[in-house]
Amino acid sequence: MLLVVEQFLNGLQFGLLLFLLAAGLTLVFGIMDLVNLAHGSLYMMGAYFAATFVAWSGNFVIGVVLALGATLLLGIVLEVVALRHLYGRDHLDHVLATFGLILFFNDAVRLIWGPAGLALPLPAWLTVPVQIVPGVFYPAYRLAIIVVALAVALMLYLVVMRTRIGMLIRAGASNREMIGALGINIKLLYTLVFGLGAALAGLAGMMQAPILTVQIGMGENILILAFVIIVIGGIGSIRGAFLAAILVGMIDTLGRAFLPDLLRKVLSSAAASTAAPALSSMLIYLLMAIVLVVRPEGLFPASRR
Amino acid sequence: MKTAYWLAGVTALALAQPAAAGDTIKIGFVSTFSGPTAVIGNDMRNSFELALDHLGHKMGGKPVEVIYEDDTFKPDVGKQKTEKLILSDKVDFIAGYIWSNVLLASLKPIVDSKTIMVDANAGPSQLAGELCSPYVFSTSWQNDQTPAAMGLYMNQKGVKSVFLIGPNYAAGKDMLTGVKSTFKGEIKGEEYTVWPTQLDFSAELSKARASGAASIFVFYPGAAGVQFLNQYSQAGLKAQMPLYTAFTIDETTLPLQKDNAIGVPGAQEWVNDLPNEQNKKFVADYRKKYPGMRPSFYGAQSYDAAQLINSAVVAVKGDTSKKDEMKAAMEKADFKSVRGAFKYGNNHIPIQNFYLQDVVKDAAGQLSLKTVATIVKDDQDRFHDKCPMK
Repeated sequence: MLLVVEQFLNGLQFGLLLFLLAAGLTLVFGIMDLVNLAHGSLYMMGAYFAATFVAWSGNFVIGVVLALGATLLLGIVLEVVALRHLYGRDHLDHVLATFGLILFFNDAVRLIWGPAGLALPLPAWLTVPVQIVPGVFYPAYRLAIIVVALAVALMLYLVVMRTRIGMLIRAGASNREMIGALGINIKLLYTLVFGLGAALAGLAGMMQAPILTVQIGMGENILILAFVIIVIGGIGSIRGAFLAAILVGMIDTLGRAFLPDLLRKVLSSAAASTAAPALSSMLIYLLMAIVLVVRPEGLFPASRR
Repeated sequence: MKTAYWLAGVTALALAQPAAAGDTIKIGFVSTFSGPTAVIGNDMRNSFELALDHLGHKMGGKPVEVIYEDDTFKPDVGKQKTEKLILSDKVDFIAGYIWSNVLLASLKPIVDSKTIMVDANAGPSQLAGELCSPYVFSTSWQNDQTPAAMGLYMNQKGVKSVFLIGPNYAAGKDMLTGVKSTFKGEIKGEEYTVWPTQLDFSAELSKARASGAASIFVFYPGAAGVQFLNQYSQAGLKAQMPLYTAFTIDETTLPLQKDNAIGVPGAQEWVNDLPNEQNKKFVADYRKKYPGMRPSFYGAQSYDAAQLINSAVVAVKGDTSKKDEMKAAMEKADFKSVRGAFKYGNNHIPIQNFYLQDVVKDAAGQLSLKTVATIVKDDQDRFHDKCPMK
């Protein structure tokens, strides 16, 4: 029973981390209609910035805050220099251009930081396990991820639903021509949205870095999951991204946690051990396929028109 | 991505240009040179190049040309690159291969074309058993051997029970089977994770803790080993469930694992401080040639691969058409291996010692690996009986 609690927490934590990545992606995709494959590169840059600034400042929190600013800035520069010229073009052009950016960033990182990767060590107060309920210990850092991601989700909700900027963002998502005709500086809005998306990706990267490694190409595998999430949740919908991310995190983690034992009841132990990981990693794609067939607009689409 | 390097040097190039095929010794080298595991491929290439430096870039009096190809960590790409090396570059030897699944996918074109292959890392059980080939030699091990040695060490330590975790691919299964073949305590559970995409091991670690096992054994090569150790220490398991490993801590991962790796034992057939002359020269010259870097066992095996190829070419005085004679020469393992002398079994897998290694701070205050003890002497893999070669 305690194990079940722990596995739910694992699923929640993984889902929330995916949410940070997917939120930025869905903002950019939904509002700017830009397919940004380089979102994973921004995730990577966030992690590299964090590792660099933490090592430089000697303080985890200061380093992370600096890195967040750096990723935001990088996103804005990237939008102004490269992506601005792609709006209104075909999605294939977006894919090609942003794929080029992935290669660019990977090699830039190789040149600047070398091929070996970096370590982002945690401060001592985040490395101890915390007892949540008697008998259930949970790593403090994973709890920190849950708290930070929930705070970000709340902040995003407030910004998008309760502020003027948020209103403009929502308006831009439903009808960009009209909002331009009403005299809103849509260019500036897009730059801001892209910067925000980049900062979110960077935040996901730097939150994930102490658990995983800071590596070239670290954003590529996880970006696939982020795309799955925005397809399931509905493109452009932050609420959709939030719920779908938690759903995907849960399915992935609980699948890995309990499927092997379930399969062992029907299959031989060896066959179950082999089949279970393959099957559990398939579950989320199955879910995506079903969503695409039954509700192509996603489970929680952004309200349009 | 094109990753063909002609690193044989200016002299070799100048000589090779007017000469027809057959006047140079051509070696194809397949490894991973891009992505997160490129550090392993780089270490292998560095060591192979160092061996060529030591050989004067000549084998049997002929200049050597090496063509490096990147398998991008994918079996299908590895197979394509292997076919390209054999069919279009017409290499005399092929070497490298980190990953068991890449090697298994690439094996058929090698065996069909009767190209002599020196496998510098991957050790799938199939290759030692039913798929063994007269043309394939290993300078590494069979996958089961290293974890089996670890299992023996765990028996010595009196470990009562263990929870096994490893990646779900050819080598992962061999590794966990390897521990089970020697470990006498209870196996409390066994988990396989999706390879290479799964990065988060929280679900497996939670299960390991809940199983009540006295210890954990893992096999996670490359970046995954860094991730696993991070998560293992963050979960606070270090004090509760000691970790035993195979191929999880080495010189390519240690700079990232740092203090997390201290006190975590591993088994290995080569450690940087093995006291033979060839090894001292290899380690010292490697550090001199590549400042700030240290060779790993992947590099050591690649260095040996170059030396093994050289022994074959020297035996036929550079006439690489005499394949049977080269094969016979290689079976003698007549070269100075950095792990010390070893013999080949009938399946061309080394019969060799396995050592216990530990992470310590060296004189310079840097974390490094150290030989603690010899776990098993002259160990032969369990699959050699299944190999039809006698």
